Amino acid sequence: MLALKNISKTFRSPTGPVHAVRDVSLTVAAGECLAVVGESGSGKSTLANMILGITAPSAGEIVLDAEPLTPRRTASQRRAIQLVQQNPASALNPKRSVGASVRLGLDTFGIGARGERATMVARALDAVGLPAEMARRAPAALSGGQRQRVGIARALAVSPRLLVLDEPTSALDVLVQARVLRLLNDLRAAHGLTYIFITHDLAVVRNVADRVAVFQAGQLVETGATRDIFEAPRTAYTRRLIAAVPVVDEAERALRDALSKMAAPQLEPRA
Amino acid sequence: MSLLHIQDLHLRFKAWHGVTDVLHGISLSVGTGERVALVGESGSGKSVTARLVLGLLAQSRTNKISGRIAFEGRDLLKTPRKARASLRGTDMSMILQDPTSSLNPTFTIGRQFIDVIGRRAPALSREECLALAANALAETAIPDPVRVLSSYAFQLSGGMNQRVMIAMALVNRPKLLLADEPGSALDVTVEAQTLALMRALTDQHGAAVLFISHNLGVVREFASRVYVIYRGRIVEDGPTVALFKNPAHAYTRALMDAVPRITGAGLPSVPEESDAFLAPAVSHGAR
Repeated sequence: MLALKNISKTFRSPTGPVHAVRDVSLTVAAGECLAVVGESGSGKSTLANMILGITAPSAGEIVLDAEPLTPRRTASQRRAIQLVQQNPASALNPKRSVGASVRLGLDTFGIGARGERATMVARALDAVGLPAEMARRAPAALSGGQRQRVGIARALAVSPRLLVLDEPTSALDVLVQARVLRLLNDLRAAHGLTYIFITHDLAVVRNVADRVAVFQAGQLVETGATRDIFEAPRTAYTRRLIAAVPVVDEAERALRDALSKMAAPQLEPRA
Repeated sequence: MSLLHIQDLHLRFKAWHGVTDVLHGISLSVGTGERVALVGESGSGKSVTARLVLGLLAQSRTNKISGRIAFEGRDLLKTPRKARASLRGTDMSMILQDPTSSLNPTFTIGRQFIDVIGRRAPALSREECLALAANALAETAIPDPVRVLSSYAFQLSGGMNQRVMIAMALVNRPKLLLADEPGSALDVTVEAQTLALMRALTDQHGAAVLFISHNLGVVREFASRVYVIYRGRIVEDGPTVALFKNPAHAYTRALMDAVPRITGAGLPSVPEESDAFLAPAVSHGAR
């Protein structure tokens, strides 16, 4: 569905060029959940911005349904790819009611007749488990979990096909995180959505993603099916990321210890 | 005698729309040099507990506090304001969640160290303070302390700022360190480094830690004893090993089930709020 072909992004800075993303090629199939993992500064967010069309790649191309995306995207291309941001507190305009934020996309893309849009907003809120009355509230009156649900409703309202989820649960408590992860999983099945799930939390990745792409310093160092990545990570970097996850039970501790005892890293990238 | 002993602590906020009971009589203790965790969700009362200990939240027209917070046997709630203020930054210090926003952006790191050290030792010269600060930074494995001292917080990375915060919190050799989800604003590898570093340094200096977190995994790695707090009540407490081996309270079990596992047990289960969460507290004993 989406293909990244040798894309790179270089920023200029006073101390010389910064290669945020270097020659990355990656495909995302319709209906799958691809996790993009790496530390801060590994290029995850720059990659997301290029997919969303917020920044243009310095080199390479992004292809959506066999059509290359140019810097000036069509309305339907923009509508197809939507973002759910990390911090729900700052993602919503504090001066706008929840309903107005969710409705904005409908107005922008001219979806539905004017009179129907209030119903569509209510439907989007209902899909994420929020009551229709919530539309009149200000974001400040909501809890963190509710705000993140609004962020998801806002993205869903325009019926996208691909959601870029940028650390959607890292600002939430574990219990709220568990609920939001369930919701995202149910929505993917119900609407046939495709996810690019950006995170540094490998424990979340293990349980939501079909495939994983590991980034280090702007480069794609490893990709593969989630189970393979966790059971036999090829690079020392991936093992380090897994080992940094705080564990709760004995089975997890055993897995982590096994990884740390693994033989010298085989550094060839996974095909 | 424990270093910090909280007994039947109540906190009530009064506002125009009525009263909110935040803490319903919690009791907990931290021994000298002990690492204790207080775990709960947002709004459970864990952060206000730390603020009460530190004295950042005091009795007023809108805040009603009762109970006892004893620090080295002295009741802090009955201690005059000035005497309490002099404990902050000397015998007790705090590390906050987001290091970059807790440092002042308009002063260099060195300038802020001078202020902190001046609380303990006002007679020290600027140079002596900076030398102490450089030492403290070196302990946190910062490669170039002198450069960091002349930098501003926004010129350093999040992980670096976190180290600066740890060094600053420990430079006056506090007896008690209050840590409110340190590192959770950073990514996992940096968070893991932060915890390891805090553990090593507090061990080395014999500082006790009251560690506040919502993440049971982090708590297991860090603390030797755990209190679980739910809606202003302690629901379970005990040594980390015993509590993780045999979580007895329904709420503790719900918290544990909600943590995603790297072994891939599937999506974490979503517990329903139940009356069982309000069941009487369970204690596994002190050791």
